[in-house]
Amino acid sequence: MEKRVIFKGWWLPLILVAPQLIVSAIFFFYPAGQAVWNSLFLPDPFGLKTEFVGLDNFKFLATDSYYRASFITTIIFSTLVSVFSMGLGLYFAALADRLIKGAGVYQTLLIWPYAVAPAVAAVIWNFLFSSRIGLISWYLGNFGYDWNHALNSGEAMGLVVLASSWGRISYNFLFFLAGLQAIPKSVIEAAAIDGASFWKRFKTIVLPLLSPISFFLLVVNIVYAFFETFGVIHTITGGGPQQSTKILVYKVYSDGFVGQDLGSSAAQSVILLVVVGLLTVIQFKYIEKKVHY
Amino acid sequence: MVEKKKSGYWLTHLGLIIGVLFIFFPVWLTFVASTVTQEEIIQPPIPVLPGPHFFENYANALFNGVPEGYGKSPPVFKLLFNSAVMSLGISIGKIIISLLSAFAIVYFRFPGRKFFFWIIFITLMLPVEVRIVPTYEIAANFGLLNSYAGLIFPLIASATATFLFRQFFMTIPDEMVEAARMDGATPMQFFRDILVPISRTNIAALFVILFIYGWNQYLWPLLLTTDPDMNTIVMGINQMIPSGDDYGHWPTIMATSILAMVPPVIVVITMQKFFVKGLLESEK
Repeated sequence: MEKRVIFKGWWLPLILVAPQLIVSAIFFFYPAGQAVWNSLFLPDPFGLKTEFVGLDNFKFLATDSYYRASFITTIIFSTLVSVFSMGLGLYFAALADRLIKGAGVYQTLLIWPYAVAPAVAAVIWNFLFSSRIGLISWYLGNFGYDWNHALNSGEAMGLVVLASSWGRISYNFLFFLAGLQAIPKSVIEAAAIDGASFWKRFKTIVLPLLSPISFFLLVVNIVYAFFETFGVIHTITGGGPQQSTKILVYKVYSDGFVGQDLGSSAAQSVILLVVVGLLTVIQFKYIEKKVHY
Repeated sequence: MVEKKKSGYWLTHLGLIIGVLFIFFPVWLTFVASTVTQEEIIQPPIPVLPGPHFFENYANALFNGVPEGYGKSPPVFKLLFNSAVMSLGISIGKIIISLLSAFAIVYFRFPGRKFFFWIIFITLMLPVEVRIVPTYEIAANFGLLNSYAGLIFPLIASATATFLFRQFFMTIPDEMVEAARMDGATPMQFFRDILVPISRTNIAALFVILFIYGWNQYLWPLLLTTDPDMNTIVMGINQMIPSGDDYGHWPTIMATSILAMVPPVIVVITMQKFFVKGLLESEK
């Protein structure tokens, strides 16, 4: 798509794009290039010189059991976050969509957690589940359940999923509500006249019509869980216990900045880069086609 | 609504109210914890109704940070100020450079235009987390550690906003430009007097999204600000929580958590219409 009517001149537009070009070059393309470049080198332990090792960093990661474990952790984590936050988001959206009056009020009451930083949500949930002072862990203790997410991997995973999903429900709710409101009411009414119950209508009409938006949300939520949850992990578990919540982006950070293993960290960045790239391509393909299954 | 059954109607409300409670519950307890004393918190269970120490705790957090003996933190008003500068810098800076470059791409033909379009397209993909180590090195080489410029510029380097403005400019009828040119307007006059004013809803929508994005950053300020006085509030809270076996000063930490969420929540609620528009459009 192109404009028919345009302005003449070539130096003005170049000046106009210059700020963005310069910022992107310095803080985007150069670092991204560096990440790829560094991934081909191995610094010696004293940081005195670096040696070109080709794809060895990647080969090492492919066989490294810690890295594989981190990959699996990330997949479990992002699946749980997506399913949990999308499920509740859809549930609330389906309820709000049934209301003629008041949907707006509930929308206001349900969307504000989107504005709460994942790291702040993490502080709050961590406080509620703290093994010594947390209210929820105190009640669990009264029922004879000894909650301690600093020691128990399953509890740690559950807590980071909860803290990461809580604010995300708002996001999914808004998109599902918009999707539901776009479904023509006549279709649903026709089914209702034919005697289809709410559940029947929901399963056979609403869900299929929502599938494009669900697919879109799935991709977006996975990207969220991959990257933006760093603050949650860093605040609540620091990747522990026994690396059970060390997702990939946290490993890039801890290997690169804490462990000073720059070659491996760079290689991990490149792998993440490829993963995001793939997810983005999938998403754009979907937008092009506007799939209706 | 298709069904007219009373019971279904009330069940719908009940379901939503449970949802609202689930959403509110943790923040309510955080608020309660910010209005009681340390002693009440470390003796579980904490109360479920607010205590009388609201002003005392918030004033302490804002002007003193955590009290002596509980570690160190700068006064929270400094953290709030840093967060405000960072998030406003990111949102305003990004909106300005994106408006300019989208204008150039849509309304001009210049050498390298296609190339430039692809360049911004690629930057859509990568979050800062992926290129974090080299970006940090660059910021360090430029002497940007512990500076506002260092907090802001690397996070402006993505083209989501440019892409959105481009899409919007494409929908503006050509007659507008024709009329402006016939009246003898220069390109920049057209930009300032016509294009920016008719984009204001989109600018507002984008502002809300970018403000929240900037405010809620965690990893980048964590790496970049080694000087506690330059910490942002979202990452600064974490510095107040001691590791190991010490108790943190929870009333202060919880008051800071509330202070950290109030500005973005206010922005979302007061600009709800723009927020919903911005969210639904910027991600699609």
